[in-house]
Order: sequence, then C-alpha cells, then structure tokens
Amino acid sequence: MRPFDYTRAENTEAAARQAASGGTFIAGGTNLLDLMKLEVMTPEALIDINRLDLGEIEETEDGGLRIGALVTNSDLANDARLRKGWPVLSRALLAGASGQLRNKATTGGNLLQRTRCLYFYDRAMPCNKREPGTGCSAKEGFNRILAVLGTSEHCIATHPSDMAVAMRALGAEVETLKEGGGTRRLTLDELYLLPGERPDQETVLEPGELITAVVLPAPVTGKQTYRKVRDRASYAFALVSVAGIVEMEDGRITRADLAFGGLAPKPWRNAEVEDLLTGEAPSDDLFNKAADLLLAEAKGYGANDFKIPLARRTLVSVLNELTAEAQQ
Amino acid sequence: METNLTINGTKQRLDLDPRTTLLDALRHHLGLTGSKKGCDHGQCGACTVMVNGRRINACLTLACMHDGDEVTTIEGIGAPGNLSPLQEAFVSEDGFQCGYCTPGQICSATAMLEEIAEGWPSHVTDDLSGKPALTTEEISERMSGNLCRCSAYPNIVEAIRKAAGENA
Repeated sequence: MRPFDYTRAENTEAAARQAASGGTFIAGGTNLLDLMKLEVMTPEALIDINRLDLGEIEETEDGGLRIGALVTNSDLANDARLRKGWPVLSRALLAGASGQLRNKATTGGNLLQRTRCLYFYDRAMPCNKREPGTGCSAKEGFNRILAVLGTSEHCIATHPSDMAVAMRALGAEVETLKEGGGTRRLTLDELYLLPGERPDQETVLEPGELITAVVLPAPVTGKQTYRKVRDRASYAFALVSVAGIVEMEDGRITRADLAFGGLAPKPWRNAEVEDLLTGEAPSDDLFNKAADLLLAEAKGYGANDFKIPLARRTLVSVLNELTAEAQQ
Repeated sequence: METNLTINGTKQRLDLDPRTTLLDALRHHLGLTGSKKGCDHGQCGACTVMVNGRRINACLTLACMHDGDEVTTIEGIGAPGNLSPLQEAFVSEDGFQCGYCTPGQICSATAMLEEIAEGWPSHVTDDLSGKPALTTEEISERMSGNLCRCSAYPNIVEAIRKAAGENA
C-alpha cells in the first residue's frame, strides 16, 4: 500500500472540507482497502468518517426511513422496520457479500463501491476506468461478468451492488453534504453516470461531497422480491439480479417497480417496461414482451452473451412469482 | 500513529504506520498469530476476528480505524485445557484437516451463533419476521465467508451444530 495521511473527521463539515482538498473518505473500507493494497486506488489522504453521527435509521414524517450513511449492511438488513416494510431491500442486502463484510460495509460505501471488472483490478492491463485513455481490455477479454446494457465503447463494467438495485426499485434518494454546507438529494438514477467517454467518472458527486443518508419513501403495497442469479449459491456477485415490487388488483398489474443488477454500469431501471406491464393481466406472453423491451438495446461481448437470455428468464420468473396469487 | 486497542481483554497501546491492517497489528505487532493471513483481500475469512462483538475480516480494516475498540481473536476464545464449546466440537467432529482456516472458522462461527440467537435473518431464511433455525442450509449460508481449501465443510457444519446444541 502507498503511504497516505490519515485523518479522523470530527464532524461532517470538516470531513467534506478535508475531502475537497484531495482526501478520500473511508468508512467500512472493505472495497477501498482492497483496491489500495493492489494500488488500483492510491489516495494521498484518507478521511476516516466512522466517528461521524451518521449511524442511525430513523422514520421520516411521511412514513419512510432515513438511513444514515454509516449504517452497516448488517444493521440495515436486520432492521425490523425494513424487514416489514421494505423486504426487497433486506433481501438484497442479505444476498450480498459475507457475514463478515456486511458487518463492516456501510450504506454510503456500498453505493460507491467500484466495479469488480477483472481488468480494472489488473494494473498490467489497459483500463479506461483506472487509467483514462488506455483502452478497454474487457470488450475482447474475459467479460462474462460484465455489462450488456448502458455500456460504451470505452467501458463495459457493471456496478456490483445488490443493495443499490433494491434501492433503485424502491425510488430511494441519496442525501449529500457539499463542502461549504450545501445539501442536495439525488435519485439513484441521478447519482450514477453511464461510462460514455469517461468511465472513470462514475457519479455526479463533487470533490468533498459526502453521502450522509439514503431516504426510502413510505412502504408501498404489493409483493416484493429480490432474485439473484450467480455462479455459486452464496458470496458471489450477481450475474443477473432483479428487484421487483408488483401490485395486483382485480387480476391486473397496478404497479411494477423493477430494477436490475449485473446487467449495466448502474442499477438499471426502465420506465417503459413498467408502463408496458401496468394495467395488464399477467401472462408469459406479456412478460416476454416486457423482456423484449428491457433487452432491445442489449449488446453482448462474447463471453457475457448468455446474460441476455438469462435476464429474460429471470425477469419472467420473477414476474410469475410476484403475480402468482392473482393468476390462480 | 498511536492506537489503543483492547485485545482479548488486555489494553494495548500501539504506535503504528496508518497502513497497518488490524490483521498485521495482531500478527506482527502483538505476536497473536492465531488469526491467519490467507488471501489478504477479504475473500477467504481466515483472518476473521470479532470487533465489539461482531465478526469482521481483520485484513480489510486499518488498525488505526479501531482506536478504542475491543477485539477478540481466537486466542481470546479458548486455549488448550480451556477450549470453548465450538473448539471442543471442531476437535470431536473432525472439523478441519490442515487447520489453517480453523481460527477464522471458529471466530466466525462464534459470532454467527450470536447473530442467530439475536434473530438475524439470512439469505436462505424463508420468513424475514420469523426466528431463524439452525439448519445445515442456514449454517452453510452464514459461514460462506469462510473458505476451507481442504473442504472439511460437512464436519465444520456438524461441529457448529453440535456446539450450538450444547449451548441451547
């Protein structure tokens, strides 16, 4: 690991100020320290935010939840309110990483974790995300874990989070604090950038901008599930995942909130797919049309071609599960 | 930088390079070599210790981030002649072969049984509001962060089940 200055932030304002002048926040550190050992990330200064008062989960006035950025993945998954009202998020968290990692990984850090693309980690190989302008080794390399939607010719990395996929389906918003005290709220769609010409730029966050919380809207009615398809039964990243919230009324779908992991550089959501399903009676034909729409622009790069039919089958299966009672 | 840790009940004052992981502080600075360095990237679980009662990968955290924290390592869980129920069960059920992953397995399982006792659900728990049962499926899922390259998994699961039964 390269040497770095270590500072323990006293409060959020100081943390934002210190990070704005070249520091990198560290919370759980489970991804950052891994990358620092490999010298993929080489921060000159670490701003330890673990002592900040961002570790609470509180109810909001409109019946939602405000999740402090430092709430661990374990504490969030186990929260009784979350398990009852937002089970898709609890399920997504429990599907991610290992017991040890969930005890350390935080809400804010999980959102900002980096891709697990093999070439991002391999400093001997070109990677536009790690070293802009050097090229993308993955497009013609070992890319079976990589993206089929939202890619560019410069990068086909996936965002690895399960948590963020469920948050995207739930319409969660991220609260941030900027250097100087300004705050803003961003949807997850707004937070993440697609790779385009600059895959090294992954979010709209400015230097020093600190995620302070994630706000969930009030619970919605309907069935929720998180389906994760992966190479082994536990402790593996998603090849394809679907976070689904579906509500039925009189045999018709009245709500279909769907987000996808493993397919794209950000948690993926497609409003057209949801519009197509809404108001319709469930059927395999309908679900396949939804998959057609979801995957119309999908592009495989050889080893990850299988993700396109896998995403279709996973979506159809999830929709069957979530509409099952109404079909009987 | 100065870092104060309570390791297995004993206060330790260390002066460390900030780059020092908690695992390296334990092994190199305190001579507590029970916690093992396997992959050093959080993938194998051989370095599992408990910090303030919770299991974590000691390789993926800096010692200086834990100033004031209480750390329990395998040396604090038991010793020859005074083994913990889990350690006894790993011996009686033959829950290891080469033994390299075993300290991490036992630290992890010790904390995992507490998690179950507190009612934490897992990926394989059917009912998020219910009380999780100590099935083979639950143990395997909850222990998936600890690899055993000798593949002693069936006996590790048996050892955990036996120790939990004796505690119950």
